[in-house]
Amino acid sequence: MSLQPETLKTLVRAAAEQMIASAPELTALDQAIGDGDHGANMKRGFEAVLGKLDTISAQPIDQALKTIGKTLVMTVGGASGPLYGSFFMAAGDALASKRLPDDLADVFCCAVGAVVSRGRSRPGEKTMLDVLFPVLQTLMAEAGQPDLIDKVRTTASEAVARTVPMQATKGRAAFLGARSIGHVDPGARSSCLLVHAVCNTLEARL
Amino acid sequence: MNDTVGIVIVSHSPDIAKGTADMVRQMVGSEVKVAFCGGNPDGGLGTNVSLIIDAINNAWSPKGVAVLVDLGGAETNSEMAVEMLQPERRNLVVVCNAPIVEGAVMAATEAVGGSSLEQVRAVAEELSAS
Repeated sequence: MSLQPETLKTLVRAAAEQMIASAPELTALDQAIGDGDHGANMKRGFEAVLGKLDTISAQPIDQALKTIGKTLVMTVGGASGPLYGSFFMAAGDALASKRLPDDLADVFCCAVGAVVSRGRSRPGEKTMLDVLFPVLQTLMAEAGQPDLIDKVRTTASEAVARTVPMQATKGRAAFLGARSIGHVDPGARSSCLLVHAVCNTLEARL
Repeated sequence: MNDTVGIVIVSHSPDIAKGTADMVRQMVGSEVKVAFCGGNPDGGLGTNVSLIIDAINNAWSPKGVAVLVDLGGAETNSEMAVEMLQPERRNLVVVCNAPIVEGAVMAATEAVGGSSLEQVRAVAEELSAS
């Protein structure tokens, strides 16, 4: 499968519209344990991505991902800009030498690795990595299986729920110490929403 | 004029960034290049990679630039900005692990004497040791 420009456009639009629609929810989550700007920041970033949709969907997939990443870096205005930006830019870099769908897990691994180094974080610290890592594991373990999309979606949902009892040690929520326990992590939630948007779109087109 | 390490102040708040720069200028004088930025791309609280890149280039010195930040996103965005500089400048910029106001004043005080980038960073970061 080489990704058709129309499929790429549909995917990017679905992901961006999901982030924009979910801004109030992400803001509410972030007000509980962060500084309350995650929703507005992601909305601003993905509105900028939507504004470049025609350019992005005309590019080869590796370039398109880099454009998305750079746009997020330049427009989000919070730590999630470089974190999500690095994710997409690293995915784009990886695709210079890898192919979809065969190397999907490899590409995703490079992207998650970029988030790890940018945030100097690892799973278990109540961050977006607590969704991205389990999703990576599912992609590796279930590659090529007919129900891969469904398993990825379920993995992401379950992973978000597991952030509730975690105590944050990275990001603004770390200031709260034990008081961060009992809340969904906003970054984990936005990662889950993006994964779901991609899964739902791919499923509808298969 | 001898080259001195440049100072960049990056806060979520444009007012804090400007106020910190004002304090540095008043306490240290104008011999050190100081640039500052604050606010997200919409002008609200947050930081903006593009403005950080501009600030680093405005404070540029052959001896390098020390960046002082306030909270998490300012640090992450500053590190991103450093990576997006032209390659020959990247290794001459450090993001200091120091409180923004005290760190900026201490770093500028050290810089004005002609110290190296590493010395400037070390003096600013002593503030975080205790």
